Amino acid sequence: MRAHTVVYVALAIMALVAPILGLYPVFLMKVLCFAMFACAFNLLLGYTKMLSFGHAAYFGSSAYVTGWLVAVNGWGTIEGILAGVAVAMLLGLVIGAIAVRRQGIYFAMITLALAQLVFFVCLQAKFTGGENGLQGIPRGSLFGMIDLGRDKTMYYFVLAVFVAVYILISRIVHSPFGQVLKAIRANEPRAISIGYEIDRYKLAAFVLSASLAGLAGSLKALVLGFATLSDVSQGTSGEVILMTLLGGSGTFLGPVVGANIVVTLQEYLSDLVGAWVSVIIGAIFVVCVMVFRRGFVGEIQRMFTGRNRS
Amino acid sequence: MTVFGVPLAAILGQLMLGLVNGSFYALLSLGLAVIFGLLGIVNFAHGAFYMLGAFAAYIGLQFFGVNYWCALILAPLAVGLLGIVIERLFLRRLYRLDPLYGLLLTFGIALIAEGIMRGLFGASGKSYPVPTLLQGGLNLGFMMLPIYRAWAVLASLTVCAVTWVLIERTRLGATLRAATENAQLVQAFGINVPLLITSTYGAGVGLAALAGVLAAPVVQVSPLMGSSLVIVVFAVVVIGGIGSITGAIVSGLVLGLIEGLTKVIYPEASNIVVFVIMAVVLMWRPTGLFGKE
Repeated sequence: MRAHTVVYVALAIMALVAPILGLYPVFLMKVLCFAMFACAFNLLLGYTKMLSFGHAAYFGSSAYVTGWLVAVNGWGTIEGILAGVAVAMLLGLVIGAIAVRRQGIYFAMITLALAQLVFFVCLQAKFTGGENGLQGIPRGSLFGMIDLGRDKTMYYFVLAVFVAVYILISRIVHSPFGQVLKAIRANEPRAISIGYEIDRYKLAAFVLSASLAGLAGSLKALVLGFATLSDVSQGTSGEVILMTLLGGSGTFLGPVVGANIVVTLQEYLSDLVGAWVSVIIGAIFVVCVMVFRRGFVGEIQRMFTGRNRS
Repeated sequence: MTVFGVPLAAILGQLMLGLVNGSFYALLSLGLAVIFGLLGIVNFAHGAFYMLGAFAAYIGLQFFGVNYWCALILAPLAVGLLGIVIERLFLRRLYRLDPLYGLLLTFGIALIAEGIMRGLFGASGKSYPVPTLLQGGLNLGFMMLPIYRAWAVLASLTVCAVTWVLIERTRLGATLRAATENAQLVQAFGINVPLLITSTYGAGVGLAALAGVLAAPVVQVSPLMGSSLVIVVFAVVVIGGIGSITGAIVSGLVLGLIEGLTKVIYPEASNIVVFVIMAVVLMWRPTGLFGKE
């Protein structure tokens, strides 16, 4: 436990001083948004072993809704975010209700196909701006007092939301509800025979995960000032899987570590190698699946706890 | 002559296009079903192999003067061989794990293949000429039938039929089906199951590449041509019932036709109609139309 505390204190200090040390705040915020997205995704993959291959649908549609309400309709920042999350939640409820009826590989294919449906709707709907996406989304202010237009202010706002989400997820995982999810992950027939209506638990986890993914998407739209088709695309769904896998699925810090690595890689590599970035991302995928299935955090935990638990 | 205010010729034209797409869906979902049946892996790279098949034909013609008819044989062989190498190097090590890892691995492979082709040839589409023998159209009186499209449908359906017979009616197919049911027992009868698995994957991948070559003259050859197609094919497979070979062929064709019809009646929905049907089918029959639990 003490090692954990040290790690968290160190991370908190790093997060607090990072923009003061001259790290580019917009980049840090992007990392935080994707880390939140990956944490939300991990709630499904890591603790319930449901591989959703279409999480970009919630991330992206929430980004669009928030962006549209704030930029075009003049909504406030908080209301815009809440509306975005509400849409992601509804979408998660509908898609989840269809998808949780099947397991494993089928679940992955169904979530993927339904996310593609959302993608095409976003492509054709008027309010999303089609191929151009939504541009120039203002950040607005908090309660009419704190101006979020300044990068550093926005950074601390995003950090605060991220920490809240992180704590919420760890509360969920450690709650009785989270224990049932883990029981389902471990042995589904047994969980059924004990008397749990597992479809309801799975759906609840799915809706929670979709809503938090939506929150990440809304924040991302506000941070960068735009929402585009790539936010709802298959590629983004793949990225969040990679972040979770690379960092370590089923660990708390794994998705955060993975998001850091993937976003940093993309930021620097896309200037350096252009289209070849997807080759590198694909290669990391292959390496992760073949030899690195626990991810960074998973491997480190194993080193500390010894090999007896494997 | 018009139906619902749309000229009949336009409807028939779209239906023909739908049939062409449907026959590609059938060919692709057939390969997916066969691979899933024996390997238990959902091959996400199927769209990428389809793309590689089309590119193999394109590269063959541009740089080596290989004509369409040779490409029809050589491209599936080359891509199938690549599939065999991938199975031996990577997939083989994942069989004892959760099948989700196979999905993730093949997703990574698809990213690599698409990235390489985009790096080499750029993202824009390339056109592949229709072979001289199949140019032009037949005037059926009520519509013009482009000969190449008719050929693409005919060729795909023939290959589907041959594959169906091979699997359902021959000794090799019986072995294959037995290995799907219980690989260990089949191995105990002295059959080389690992070899069977490798060649099945190669064959499934080859079918995808064949679809790619057939599609090359009717669609633009581009690195991303397979990435959205593979999702539609996933939906087709889910609708047909995963692992069901008949289901894959029938639902591929029918959904292609429905897509074509939607283009006439309500074009905005043509991209999503397959997914909507999938959602409806899942609510009504979670195992798919031809699937069994």
